[in-house]
Amino acid sequence: MTPRTMSQQTTPSAVLEVKNLHTQFDTRAGVLPVVNGVGFRLEKGKVLGLVGESGSGKSVTGFSIMGLLDAPGRITAGEVLFQGQDLARLDAGALRSLRGNRIAMIFQDPMATLNPVLRIDVQMLETIRAHRKMGKAEALEHCRATLARMGIPSPGERLKAYPHQLSGGMRQRVAIAIALLNDPELIIADEPTTALDVTIQAQILSEMQQLVRETGTSMIWISHDLSVVAGLADDIAVMYAGRIVEHGSVDAVLDDPQHPYTQGLIGSLPSANQRQRRLQQISGMAPNLLDLPPGCAFAPRCPRAQPACEQPPGLTTIAAPSTTATAHTVRCFFPGAGADLSRSAA
Amino acid sequence: MNQRSTATPVAARAAADAGKVQSMWSQIAHDFLRSKPAIFGLVILLIVVLMAIFAPFITPQNPYDLMQLDVLDARLAPGAESMEHGFTYWLGTDGQGRDLYSAIVYGLRISLLVGIGSAAIAAVVGTVIGLVAAYAGGKIDALIMRVVDLLLSFPTILMALMILAYMGKGIGNVILTLVLVEWAYYARTARGQALVETRREYVDAARGQGIPQWRILLGHILPNCLPPLLVIAALQVARAITLEATLSFLGLGVPITEPSLGLLISNGYQYLLSNEYWISFFPGVALLLTIVAINLVGDQLRDVLNPRLQK
Amino acid sequence: MIVWLLRRIAQAFLVVLAMSIIVFAGLHAIGNPIDILIGEDLNQQERLEAIAHLGLDQPLLQQYFSFLRNALQGDLGTSFVYNEPAIGLILDRLPATLELAVVALVMAIILGVPLGLYAGMKPASPVSKVLMSGSILGFSLPAFWVALMLIMVFSVQLGWMPSSGRGDTRSLFGIEWSFLTLDGLHHLILPAFNLALFKISLVLRLTRAGVREVLPQDFVKFARAKGLSETRVMIMHVLRNTMIPLVTVLGLELGSTIAYAVVTESIFAWPGAGKLILDSINSLDRPVVVAYLMVVVVIFVTLNLIVDLLYKLLDPRVRLEAAQ
Repeated sequence: MTPRTMSQQTTPSAVLEVKNLHTQFDTRAGVLPVVNGVGFRLEKGKVLGLVGESGSGKSVTGFSIMGLLDAPGRITAGEVLFQGQDLARLDAGALRSLRGNRIAMIFQDPMATLNPVLRIDVQMLETIRAHRKMGKAEALEHCRATLARMGIPSPGERLKAYPHQLSGGMRQRVAIAIALLNDPELIIADEPTTALDVTIQAQILSEMQQLVRETGTSMIWISHDLSVVAGLADDIAVMYAGRIVEHGSVDAVLDDPQHPYTQGLIGSLPSANQRQRRLQQISGMAPNLLDLPPGCAFAPRCPRAQPACEQPPGLTTIAAPSTTATAHTVRCFFPGAGADLSRSAA
Repeated sequence: MNQRSTATPVAARAAADAGKVQSMWSQIAHDFLRSKPAIFGLVILLIVVLMAIFAPFITPQNPYDLMQLDVLDARLAPGAESMEHGFTYWLGTDGQGRDLYSAIVYGLRISLLVGIGSAAIAAVVGTVIGLVAAYAGGKIDALIMRVVDLLLSFPTILMALMILAYMGKGIGNVILTLVLVEWAYYARTARGQALVETRREYVDAARGQGIPQWRILLGHILPNCLPPLLVIAALQVARAITLEATLSFLGLGVPITEPSLGLLISNGYQYLLSNEYWISFFPGVALLLTIVAINLVGDQLRDVLNPRLQK
Repeated sequence: MIVWLLRRIAQAFLVVLAMSIIVFAGLHAIGNPIDILIGEDLNQQERLEAIAHLGLDQPLLQQYFSFLRNALQGDLGTSFVYNEPAIGLILDRLPATLELAVVALVMAIILGVPLGLYAGMKPASPVSKVLMSGSILGFSLPAFWVALMLIMVFSVQLGWMPSSGRGDTRSLFGIEWSFLTLDGLHHLILPAFNLALFKISLVLRLTRAGVREVLPQDFVKFARAKGLSETRVMIMHVLRNTMIPLVTVLGLELGSTIAYAVVTESIFAWPGAGKLILDSINSLDRPVVVAYLMVVVVIFVTLNLIVDLLYKLLDPRVRLEAAQ
């Protein structure tokens, strides 16, 4: 919980480095390459927004990092380096001791993630006591204090409550508090505000922002909504069909999007500046992972698609990394601004 | 099929529904056959039913005809030869000299008759009552459902004992008892399913067309209620057969002159302690195979039909 | 909550009342009530006296009310065979039946829950498949036949366990119990296991289904994400949530077990209430039959009530809504 000081930042240290991660699901219908060669670095104290539509593999990336893949999913290649340790190769016991402790996760629907028949204090206490020895009174006080930090009024009473007695926003705050209990170095938040209504969403977003600045915790914020991530993230990675198609600092990606998919996403955001223009829609349907085209997965929906796109595109660097921003890379043979996707053939 | 007039949307929907129903059944059959235990069960069941139907042709003796029995042949071990009649008692004989194999096959007849018969009657009665409850709604519905709940919360064996205690033994009484005990299952499911179906749009559309309620009930709602009822029926047959066997075993079921499998087992009970196990054992195996087969089939049927119900 | 409780109790009373009407009506509607209640070997004078004494010459409704009145005072008629109050006969034997039923249920839980948990956690393993097939066998097998086979194998062939009777008993709270003596336990094992077989299969399947339903839910994943040990996840989160519906089912099954004890008691000559009613049915001792039915109805209704109450207490969602 120590505030970050500028003097400690001589070299940016990567809290998390994912290299060429491949996760597949072996189903009866076939092998689904849900995460297909994903790689990124996350520095200490930074927030990465991982954005994509449902089915893009963003949540599975989060689960792969945590080692929480359900059968029939499994990691088939790549490295997940957390502070230098490869999580993908760690045994179950070591992984377990990291989870909820140094890496924490927040899920989408807090009503589903909190056990409905257990009290809040039970569910919070067990997180602490799974990882360190602490007396019950001391642990309870820590829980109460963390709840208070999340802005929950009368935290002492809330501890004795059951999940269904709290409102949706309150429950999510509890879930976030649970994530914070053991001072993690990394928090993976999987669409934490999607299930909440808009006003609560905004509140929690700003609270998370404050938290990150205060504690220097790194965060991966997974979302399908670019606008949610825009205010909070330092970097943005856009995922499509299991691959990262564009990655860069938030300013670079939002102001100068290179990939046609990113441009489509931005264009479909209702924004105050474009009130007169029709909302753009990305034509076509989400890709079927069983039947991906060779080469670029976005090609069927892309207005700029050329025969060359039948080869898998590699990463092109648009802007080199600097001290203040990560590299801006894009996975496209024809990156560039100004595609109007609403005119693509149906 | 396209010659049928699809002028009204309801008729068009009905035609589409009919087509859907047909392909639904073939899909069900296909899914069903995917499970090996279920196929095994089905095969056993077919064998059992065929044996029961063709009983006189496949047995050397009619075990109900007292003239054919020879008391001197009583309690012979399996494989013994009959002096008088010139055939082998493959499964031994019972206390009255009956060829156990013949007794089992004829006993199967009775067990199946009672089991399937009572399940079928109970199904019809229960479904009608359930549909009536769904159709009538309001107080009548509440009353019927109260009775159903009451019946279902009471253990079947006690009810059966109670009824038979008052009415006395006999095949007819046994079937009646089983029907009285079983109809509630069908009623509850039929009513529940009917209520779900009534809320669907095509029913409103049909009503808007002025089609009478009863015709909607029979033509649309009933066919859609069939899958879960089928599952219940399959499992109920097994329960009915078991219940009849238990009642007969306790001496409260079918008369001694026409023993079902349960009664055969009961007859053999007394010889158990003198190690003449076969008199109870083989009828038990036959009963067991039948019930297991029905349960396997019913289980798979339920697995196959359930996801469909949720769609 | 109190309102709900009172309403439930009133409901229970109504059910018992309804049953009493059915029993009474059955008694009088089928067969000649005079023959049924009095027995057949009395001469004419004694018959007339008996009829007057039992009030059988009065109108039906009045008879019903006197039946009710007597019942509320604990008098449910006198047995023909034993010439004692019927209710006394039944209550004498009830502990034996209850003992059998409870032990059977305990067996079912001890065996069924862990096995069901395993089958739910690893549904594809060969052990699980064997368990599931075995469970189909478990509730397909007719209980009476299994009893015979058990006796065959364990009593006749192996001679390990007695085939009938209750063995020694010891008194606790003024009632005789078998499980307090070694010999009694020895006699308990086979019949209790026989009674439990069906239940074990049921519990196994229910637990497995419950586990399979709970396991993929998000809160289990979240518990793992918190870094909890697998044991704790399984017990505190998975099992805990599975048990609530299971407990209520088991409570109702206790009633059903008491009923099915009739068969087991008959085969193992276990001197319980079930054997009594069977003998009474066969010897046409109707007062005992009536008394037994009424007692069972009361037990059932009480069990149902307790189970409903238990469910409300165990599931915090339901409990707190009821309080508000």
